[in-house]
Amino acid sequence: MIQVVLPKNLQILAGVGRVVEVPVSGVASQSSVLDALEASHPALLGTMRDAVTKKRRPMIRFFACEEDLSDESPDAPLPDEVVSGKEPLLIIGAIAGG
Amino acid sequence: MSKVRVLVGTRKGAFILSSDASRKKWTVDGPHFAGWEIYHLKASPVNPDRIYASQTSGWFGQVLQRSDDGGKTWAAGGNQFLYDGPTGTHKWYDGSDHPWEFKRVWHLEPSLSDPEKIYAGVEDAALFESSDGGTTWSELPALRTHKTAAEWAPGAGGMCLHTMVIDPSNQERMYVAISAAGTFRSDDSGKSWRPMNNGLKSNYIPDPDAYVGHCVHRIAMHPSRPETLFMQKHWDVMRTDDGGENWREISGNLPTDFGFVIDINANEPDTVYVVPITSDSHHFVMDGKLRVYRSRTGGDDWEALTKGLPQENCYVNVLRDAMTVDNLDPSGIYFGTSGGQVYASPDGGDTWSAIVRDLPAVLSVEVQTLK
Repeated sequence: MIQVVLPKNLQILAGVGRVVEVPVSGVASQSSVLDALEASHPALLGTMRDAVTKKRRPMIRFFACEEDLSDESPDAPLPDEVVSGKEPLLIIGAIAGG
Repeated sequence: MSKVRVLVGTRKGAFILSSDASRKKWTVDGPHFAGWEIYHLKASPVNPDRIYASQTSGWFGQVLQRSDDGGKTWAAGGNQFLYDGPTGTHKWYDGSDHPWEFKRVWHLEPSLSDPEKIYAGVEDAALFESSDGGTTWSELPALRTHKTAAEWAPGAGGMCLHTMVIDPSNQERMYVAISAAGTFRSDDSGKSWRPMNNGLKSNYIPDPDAYVGHCVHRIAMHPSRPETLFMQKHWDVMRTDDGGENWREISGNLPTDFGFVIDINANEPDTVYVVPITSDSHHFVMDGKLRVYRSRTGGDDWEALTKGLPQENCYVNVLRDAMTVDNLDPSGIYFGTSGGQVYASPDGGDTWSAIVRDLPAVLSVEVQTLK
């Protein structure tokens, strides 16, 4: 199980708590985790990445293990600590404004 | 006994305000969708318990919400607004060609006869429809692909389709307004469109009486007289009596004719309301005074309505979708401000009081008159 931490606005939208456990078969990547997350919580479709192009929304960031993974390939494997469930994948609304 | 339910969209959530027909005591429910921009909420006139909400965010994009129990509970509907076919380009702020990009839903307009049908006006300007209660959406592309569309340009708020009016006597006839393209009319349910801007004069565009390019802020129709529409343009208050074919200015004695909202008394088709705003560079009311202006003559002659409204040190704005009227007699008038107040008048504008204060900045106000 991948542990995904959602920002508050998306927790409310999806009707879930801070952490969502996402089962992923095969290689765990940003894409496969988001595919599974959107499938289990359809209200999130289009809120983290474009529903058609799958491109990350500009003000959404993906952090894990104290690293910013946002600009890595969406299909790159996630860190082992995330795959093992030891560390979460953090989905962050980027800081904006003053 | 009748009741009223006021639907308020703000920068940080939605609020539902309820009262009986006296419109004196109110309950405030919310925030719904806390933290999200709620550009517009509107209920089906056929099924008043069905309410739609446009929930949007610069971070998380567009969500479309629907309630089937009068706003007690909500469920997310479809949020895929895909332009139909090649998107083409419109003009950008610097005059360059810019591809159409969907950003958000500004306005929701439920069908007057079918509870499952609803239209959505979006930025970048286009019109979408849903025939399944907002679950799936398809574009009515004839508007966005109009031969003039490559010359449309955004206003300061973006290039948005923010107003839609359906003719109740002939629902195939519909009007939309786009900033900054102007007013368009379809007589065939959106299959084709004609610009309806004859008579508009806008000194902020190179050709002041251009075919398209006008920054129309709002249009309003009384259901008993669908050939007559009133318009608050960027500057100028306008009127047409021939379904938009020709417009004439009715600003008359207004202290300034810049503004956003315009609406019509439910029981008096010639009683019109505007809220003059100082100017396009001062997006607040004049002289620190919040004044609604009422014309009982269909324009030209206007009176200031001030009783119960702040008359000093007030510097709020009232945005284009933030005024509405109920269907009681006397008609109630409602508007919301950038300062988070929602004001109501239960007597056609003679007296006002704040239903609620200190909400986030108000983006839209709609009212339902419930039996």
